[in-house]
Amino acid sequence: MKMTKLSALAMTTALIAPAAFAEDMANELTLVSWGGAYQDSQNKAYVEPYLAANEGVSAVWDESSAEAVAKLRAMNEAGNVTWDLVDVVASDAMRLCDEGLAAELDHDADLAAAPDGTPATEDFGDLLVSECFVPQIVYSTTFGYRTDLVGAEAPTSVCDIFDLAKFPGKRSLQKRPIDNMEWALYCDGVAKDEIYDVLGTDEGVTQALNKLDSIKDSVVWWSAGAETPQLLADGEVVMGSTYNGRLFSAIAEQNQPIGMLWDMQSFDLDGWIVPAGLPADRKARAMDFLKFATDTQRLADQAAYISYGPARASSAPLVGKHAVLGIEMAPHMPTDPANSGNVHTYDYEWWADNRDDLDAKFQAWLLQ
Amino acid sequence: MSDTTQNGPVLAADGTPLKRSLAKALRLQKLRALMLIAPLLLFILVTFILPVGDMLFRSVDNRIVQEVLPKTVVALESWDPASSELPDEAVFAALAVDMKAAAELKVHTRVAKRLNYENPGMSSVFRKSGRKIRKWDVENDGPYKERLIELNEGWADLELWRTIKTYSGTRTAGYFLNAVDLKLGAEGVEIRPETERIYNTMLVRTMRMSLIITFSCIMLGYPVAWLLANLPTRKANLLMILVLLPFWTSLLVRTSSWKILLQQQGVINDVLVWIGLVADDNRLVLINNELGTIIAMTHILLPFMILPMYSVMQTIQPTYLRAAKSLGATNWTAFWRVYFPQSVPGIGAGSILVFILAVGYYITPALVGGTKGTFISNLIAYHISTSGNWGLGAALGSILLAVVLLLYWVYDKIVGIDNVKLG
Repeated sequence: MKMTKLSALAMTTALIAPAAFAEDMANELTLVSWGGAYQDSQNKAYVEPYLAANEGVSAVWDESSAEAVAKLRAMNEAGNVTWDLVDVVASDAMRLCDEGLAAELDHDADLAAAPDGTPATEDFGDLLVSECFVPQIVYSTTFGYRTDLVGAEAPTSVCDIFDLAKFPGKRSLQKRPIDNMEWALYCDGVAKDEIYDVLGTDEGVTQALNKLDSIKDSVVWWSAGAETPQLLADGEVVMGSTYNGRLFSAIAEQNQPIGMLWDMQSFDLDGWIVPAGLPADRKARAMDFLKFATDTQRLADQAAYISYGPARASSAPLVGKHAVLGIEMAPHMPTDPANSGNVHTYDYEWWADNRDDLDAKFQAWLLQ
Repeated sequence: MSDTTQNGPVLAADGTPLKRSLAKALRLQKLRALMLIAPLLLFILVTFILPVGDMLFRSVDNRIVQEVLPKTVVALESWDPASSELPDEAVFAALAVDMKAAAELKVHTRVAKRLNYENPGMSSVFRKSGRKIRKWDVENDGPYKERLIELNEGWADLELWRTIKTYSGTRTAGYFLNAVDLKLGAEGVEIRPETERIYNTMLVRTMRMSLIITFSCIMLGYPVAWLLANLPTRKANLLMILVLLPFWTSLLVRTSSWKILLQQQGVINDVLVWIGLVADDNRLVLINNELGTIIAMTHILLPFMILPMYSVMQTIQPTYLRAAKSLGATNWTAFWRVYFPQSVPGIGAGSILVFILAVGYYITPALVGGTKGTFISNLIAYHISTSGNWGLGAALGSILLAVVLLLYWVYDKIVGIDNVKLG
């Protein structure tokens, strides 16, 4: 009796299982992103077109990208991952990949080729920094300043941030060691290509923190990207770092008296990861969406809504005008030659390896 | 008459001893009561006590090292951490096998993270090596001591091996020690280097600021509660609405409003500059420091002080005051000797409520506290959601819980918890 029941069960499973695999994909898609103007640009550029092309599929947004690493860890421990695609910055993607929380991808097989047939790995090039990561945009963390409050002479160098005599007043910096430590060393006389070698030593860390100490009392620390534009608009700070897209919207869309200081802007990438261990039907849907959402045209479309550069080389020539304002977007992109004269090349791998160490030291310095 | 002279136990109507039958009836009653609260009890157990317990358990849990590096831990048993020599080839070989297995499952980063809390710098050694060892053939690629050190010279660091050995047990006091700025070295407990000491400062600051906030709430809340209890009903109702209106408003909205009021280009500074009390280029710094946190949190927690005070003051008979005055007391004596002692239970209830809420407060200090006005709860949040050091977060949380319980006990000894009234 027991045997027959069991074998009957086995039979049914055997019959259903292949069907389930061949069956098309789950109809629900849970996307995790950053909210605000950035998520809107994703929604308009590829989520809405995807849903229009695939009837019966619905997408749910979860604005948890800022805490994606911690939340994915918790979901993984609980054995219940509810997200299908997660938008994270490159260093988080590398951490998730290293910890086995993000699925490894075969970029050429899983992603669309460029219209001229260039395979995805070549089209994305160096930006494929992790085998779990599909970049969408290149953004930069850079400075904005109040044109009416900095005096007659506008700041031209990142080191003006550290010059309290020339530019008195408060400045806002992100509450994390990344970028701030590099800028501090650069302005303390360390050559650009030696920054990470110096930062790798205890003396280098102390040097960077000492430099930051010189302006510590004049710094307002931010943790959400919207804070610096608000602080600038209120006149609370005279200059501050934030994501370039936020400054673009403060300048071009809200007409605030803010100028861009692109010197030593720090390039970073933002893109998708697929959580590890998804059920087959959900994974199939996520991969299908991923292929669509990261093709050449979709990434170029996104640039019409926000001033972040598309991660594919083949998308760049297709970048046009702002969807609402009608202004040319190219001069506002961090990758534009006029803006990228002196950039800071942010070393993802170095930070993935050393983040834990420096976070602890920076946090302790901050509170002392 | 005959009953009372009997020596046996008193019997119920059905012949069983009365005591037993009474106990049975009581037990049934208790059981029924338990059944009634069972859903709530289960709910609290499953959604609150178990998760909190599980989280607190992480503060001593250290299974990760043995799980990820099982062979290394065994091989290290014979190594003397006090010696000035590196472990022998067998240990390095065991490490290579463990690391390859771990790197394939990508769990080596987790043990790297764990050990990095105790010895900053180890994370990068594990992470960098893991990427390479993944491709090794661990059967034949010896000798490992040289190969590993060649791969990353971090493996030649005695301190690294001492850390692995010290933290190879399944339970650890490391997180709790870290939470009070200590660490477990090879020769027992030692103080952390100065650049890593923050938690004691934060705990003391949290306690001190919570006391200041509680005290300001008493000073501001007492007159309001008195007015509420003594005004004619219509005026008192209006005043009550004024107290409750902010109470019903979202916490974030209230905190953000304080930002607008307090900042250097904000309303308060603008007014002060306009009436000439403050120079335009020397505006007051009222936010992103301790002062900002104290102002905003006093305002936010004020209703929690006023409401218990009010409900206690309402029960104080006005006749007592009149009696005191008719016996010759001045206004002040009547208040201080007659009215105030009767209102103390309300102050006690409000203070406990405000203090305990303040100690665990997190959003308001994060938004208006800058770096000098944040609480230990902000560090707990940082470790839970950003740094991923759940063990340390759990240890800090346990300490906070213990401190609050201790203060509660002290309060009970000094004032008496029976004296607390919520109405």
